[in-house]
Amino acid sequence: MPTAEQTLDEILTLAAAHFKVPREKLAPDDDFFKTLGIDSLQTLDLLTKLENHFHVELPDYELQGVSDFRTLAGKIQARL
Amino acid sequence: METTKDNNVRGARLDSHSAVSAKSALSWKLSDGVIELALHREPCNELGSASLDDLEKFATALQLMQKEAHALIIYSELKPGFCAGADLRELYRRSEAMGKAEAVKGVRDFLERMHRVLNLIDAAPLTTIAAVHGVTFGGGFELALACDLIIADKMARFCFPELRLGLIPGFGGIPRLKRDLGNGVVRDLLLTGRSINATKAQQIGLVSQVVAEGEALGAARATAVQLRKFDRATAVAAKKFIKPIPHEEMQREIDIFCELFARPAVQAGLQKFVESTDAQPYLP
Repeated sequence: MPTAEQTLDEILTLAAAHFKVPREKLAPDDDFFKTLGIDSLQTLDLLTKLENHFHVELPDYELQGVSDFRTLAGKIQARL
Repeated sequence: METTKDNNVRGARLDSHSAVSAKSALSWKLSDGVIELALHREPCNELGSASLDDLEKFATALQLMQKEAHALIIYSELKPGFCAGADLRELYRRSEAMGKAEAVKGVRDFLERMHRVLNLIDAAPLTTIAAVHGVTFGGGFELALACDLIIADKMARFCFPELRLGLIPGFGGIPRLKRDLGNGVVRDLLLTGRSINATKAQQIGLVSQVVAEGEALGAARATAVQLRKFDRATAVAAKKFIKPIPHEEMQREIDIFCELFARPAVQAGLQKFVESTDAQPYLP
């Protein structure tokens, strides 16, 4: 099982690749809506990408109020 | 056979495509026994009165085309997904402009018309395939459920978000999902409002094939080629046997929807959605 830091790093790499943002511009505590410039439909895309990558199921209501990569990583880590 | 030259709907003749207006919600073509219905109303094929008008025209044309076809594929040409569901902004605007009784009557009429179209697709004497990607929510999910097979690309998501508005799905989604998968799945999706991805949807038996991103239409076309190998009368008999339309439950669904819609809380919920600046308005 990956460590929490590894999970966080994979999320940052995945988000950067999917939304075509330089990886070095993303930091763990960034608000991903602002940093990635994504809307609600694109957020669902990110959720699907993460579920497919980590082979987890993450109910979207668990993402309510989540806006930074670190908290998101914690939600995923809890389901690995 | 001229069926749809007016009202911005492409597919004016049985077997050819004509010029399309930028405002059309959908278009179709018939080629080699396969009807392809393309959805292209931005932003994500929201189903409002214009879309319903176009769907009714398609339903009329379908009854003529199905004599020469063995398969129907429904897909979206838009990037965000297959269909985000009912046009809630239109629903809010229209119901704001009417008295409550008139609004409820209008909603009932809309639902009954939508049921007629989806029932025609559900029971059409050919094999129907929804080729979906991205957002397949609410009424969009219900449109896919009217089809015999759902082929999804791995970025597809399915959801019944209606409860957050104080409503239930109104286009026959609950009875159709219950018919196909059972009550437990309906309760999970309906009562939590959560969305599920294509892999999960395949695990529970909702989706027949999961394919790579952008490949759902190609897989549906390949499936349509396979379907051509079978005797049509046999395929139609099999479908009729295995896929009855749950008419009584669907009528009850309309009644419940209208009862719920009459409550002030629903209008407040619609207003909240329409005026939302929340970054995640699609999440329950």
